[in-house]
Amino acid sequence: MFKHWKQGLASAVAMATLAIPLTAAAELSDGKLKIGVLSDMSGVYKALEGPGAVVAAKMAIEDFGGSVLGQPVEVISADHQNKPDIGASTAREWIDAEEVDMITALDNSSVALSVQGLANDKKIITMNTGAGTTALTEDQCTPYGIHYVYDTHALPVGTATAMVKNGGESWFFITADYAFGHSLRDNTGAVVESLGGKVVGNVNAPLSTNDFSSYLLQAQSSGADVIGLANAGQDTVNAIKQANQFRIVQGGQKLAGMLVFITDVHSMGLDIAQGLQFTTAFVWNQNDETRAWSERFHERHGAMPTMVHAGVYSAVTNYLKAVKETGTDDSDTVRAKLGEMTLNDMFVKNGSILPNGTMLHDMYLVEVKKPSESESEWDLLRVVSKIPAEQAFIPLSESKCPLVN
Amino acid sequence: MTNRILFIIMLVAGLTAPLYAYPVFVMDLLCFALFACAFNLLLGYAGLLSFGHAAFFGGAAYITGYVTKEWGFGPLLGILAGAAFAMVIGTIFGFLAIRRQGIYFAMVTLALAQIIYFLALQMPFTGGENGLQGIPRGQLFGLIDLNNSLSMYYFVFAIFLIGFGIIYRTINSPFGEVLQAIRENESRALSLGYDVDHFKLLAFVISATLAGLAGATKAIIFQFAALTSAHWQTSGEVILMTLVGGLGTIFGPVLGAITVGALSHELSAFGSWVQVILGTIFVVCVMVFRRGIVGEIQRLASRKQG
Amino acid sequence: MSMQVIMAQALLGLNVGVFYAMLSLGLAVIFGLLNIINFAHGAMYMLGAFIALIGYSLLEQWFGISLQIGFWASLLVAPLIVGILGVLIERLFLKRLYDLDHIYGLLLTFGITLILQGLFANYFNVSGTPYPGQPESLSGVVNLGFMYFPTYRLFAIVFSLVVCFATWWVIEHTKLGSRLRAGVENPDLTQAFGLNVPRMVTLTFAFGAGLAGLAGVLAAPIYSVSPLMGADLIIVVFAVVVIGGMGSIMGAILSGLALGLVEGLTKVFYPPAASTVIFFLMVLVLLFRPAGLFGKEK
Repeated sequence: MFKHWKQGLASAVAMATLAIPLTAAAELSDGKLKIGVLSDMSGVYKALEGPGAVVAAKMAIEDFGGSVLGQPVEVISADHQNKPDIGASTAREWIDAEEVDMITALDNSSVALSVQGLANDKKIITMNTGAGTTALTEDQCTPYGIHYVYDTHALPVGTATAMVKNGGESWFFITADYAFGHSLRDNTGAVVESLGGKVVGNVNAPLSTNDFSSYLLQAQSSGADVIGLANAGQDTVNAIKQANQFRIVQGGQKLAGMLVFITDVHSMGLDIAQGLQFTTAFVWNQNDETRAWSERFHERHGAMPTMVHAGVYSAVTNYLKAVKETGTDDSDTVRAKLGEMTLNDMFVKNGSILPNGTMLHDMYLVEVKKPSESESEWDLLRVVSKIPAEQAFIPLSESKCPLVN
Repeated sequence: MTNRILFIIMLVAGLTAPLYAYPVFVMDLLCFALFACAFNLLLGYAGLLSFGHAAFFGGAAYITGYVTKEWGFGPLLGILAGAAFAMVIGTIFGFLAIRRQGIYFAMVTLALAQIIYFLALQMPFTGGENGLQGIPRGQLFGLIDLNNSLSMYYFVFAIFLIGFGIIYRTINSPFGEVLQAIRENESRALSLGYDVDHFKLLAFVISATLAGLAGATKAIIFQFAALTSAHWQTSGEVILMTLVGGLGTIFGPVLGAITVGALSHELSAFGSWVQVILGTIFVVCVMVFRRGIVGEIQRLASRKQG
Repeated sequence: MSMQVIMAQALLGLNVGVFYAMLSLGLAVIFGLLNIINFAHGAMYMLGAFIALIGYSLLEQWFGISLQIGFWASLLVAPLIVGILGVLIERLFLKRLYDLDHIYGLLLTFGITLILQGLFANYFNVSGTPYPGQPESLSGVVNLGFMYFPTYRLFAIVFSLVVCFATWWVIEHTKLGSRLRAGVENPDLTQAFGLNVPRMVTLTFAFGAGLAGLAGVLAAPIYSVSPLMGADLIIVVFAVVVIGGMGSIMGAILSGLALGLVEGLTKVFYPPAASTVIFFLMVLVLLFRPAGLFGKEK
């Protein structure tokens, strides 16, 4: 209920006094730069983003020198509990009372849409790293919303194409019943159908389901070649584990995890997950640069980074760069600068941010290694192929974003 | 006399609150205060423990959100529509629930409220887990822009005062006296010729409607209707607020809502410890502090006088 | 719709039903003697699951005790611990509320629920932690002809049914049970006959709580262990109890099982209604048989 009022009443009082400009600080509107990390800190998506995103944001700020334009950069974080109302009211208070300049993470599409809408009213940049729905950059796009890591269009391009080409023509979906799941299911279905496959059925499961058995049996009795899991995080883990318990895969059906994170693979174990193919934006041990950063992250967080963690680091870094180069924290100016920059760091090569907010970058189709192939605890994935940015994301010419077309 | 002083304090505090507090937070508190007052009418004055009041609070929020967003209703009409909806489901709930008494009554209301929760989760217009987003605050009477947070605040405060006034009048009317008679001794009220079920139902409906009024207002403030408002935990929280402030006292629920709300807010950085603390307060209230804050004050005051 | 699918979903429904039955049985026993609806029943179910989880994998890490309590031992230990907690709650709190309106008992146990849930939510992910201690001997799969069914789930069904019916047998056919029944049906008279009703009340509450804890241990390997696992279940169980009525032990068991089945079959025929069907049935029962299917008007 009142949990979303992150800071005490005291801060509201402080806000009232702060609102009176004491000194006009150099170029920053309020004398400091504040970045909000709003994520699922306690639930189904905790492992893939959550506290790790705060670590990543802090690393980005430290690596940037801890300050920009001579002023300190602060991080504030909160748990949205996967509830869009709590997300929105936290963001509202952050913006009104804490003078937050940019909000990142937002690993739940419902939360992401509500916060992006609110931030747009308040002219605050959101750099979404965790949510999937393409609505963020399509019909609900905003001039201040950036979608940084992946979307539900990019995910099936690699995974579903590979599955259909290997003979998985008919699909049954088990869908997380909210914005993200619906969007992922629809986009995947479109890819499947465009390749000549067909969707034979769908069942919606509530977010954070513990027992998938009845959904899995429905999928089994549909006789589909592929059971598409349009969900994420702990839900995917539970579904795959229980499919194993009910011998679904042994019955000849294939499972397609449409959104899988390395933390999911780690918690399922290679015995269960081996051979699973999925799409990701980041593989921690792909090269020396990613490995060096990831090992630093691992040291502080106790787990290897997901693509979302790496994305938070990259997003915060590039945001700070844009602030530094433009010499202001004015959202319009910074957003314009971000649109002009070519993004290059350990996470992204030659990335660019489109006017609708999509960050264009390459994605990878990966496969989970066999237990015999894995050399260490986190050596879990093998890159199958690279998905070029222009295939992965919706081309600007086809965008339904009112800002573009 | 004491009531008049307390009322003036409340009025002054309410009018000046935006000067020293974050207005959106105070508006949230006002909604919960009205919600708790409505709940108190039922538990404190009619002795009926509803564990399903979130259904009215949350259900009304969805209706208000829908009619303002999709049908272009203004904020006031939208809020009234939400309250009307709460009145309708309140009548149905009441009709079913008053067939059972005591704890059964609580369980039945809880289970009925769960139906509303699942409807909110599954009906197409509610947005399910996404919630109903982007509800417009709109213009009051086509004149006053509620996107201005001060206008919004005083609008909410006015609604609170109206709701509070209705409850005050109800309690201090012959109807309210009959209710209290039923609470004290149901069979005696029956033997006096009162249609007890009729009175209980009426109390239930009034309480549900005002709970709906509070929820509907909240939807306009936050431009959002979400599952949290309809969840049974919200039903539990309103009980806690009423209990802490003082069951069966006029101002108790208001004070209770502020206390519990401010506490949750202050402690929110401690994550789930908030729940532990609220639970502990619950236990303490039930065990040794059943009169609540206002109840205890009244007792002390009357002891001094006596 | 093939028979195969219906049978499979019915079996899964039964799987859920045994948990409803165990919980509503405990609630019914407690309610019968204490006239208290134990809101914390769901939290006690959760507690049972967490005791199994902590006993299996966290004793060393948390308390430095190099001891592992396996699944079988948990089936004894967890109900015992939850039962002892029950004794404490009854002795320290509930006892003092018997003279007041019964709603205070409900409110008290609601507060206790918040405390227990909040405590565990601080240390464990709300979306659940897998219980790793499922015994090797139950880890296989049984081919039932119409489906493959995990051995453990089959075990859970059979074990719960045995516990439920054993409880029924004890209450209906033993001396202990007859005293208890006397207490349930007429506490004042029982007291008058010189039985130690307060002690019986305490032990009954402990037993009901223990039953919830036992259900929690059984649930742990199937569902992930989560701080909220009991919260959503308990409300359904309330509806089960309203439908079944409070009069009979067998009524609680049978309505629990039947409603699990109904829920399972709803998933076949009209999935969106699966989570509400029990509540709608409750409305029907209230309209046409307010005392519940097996209940007697008190």
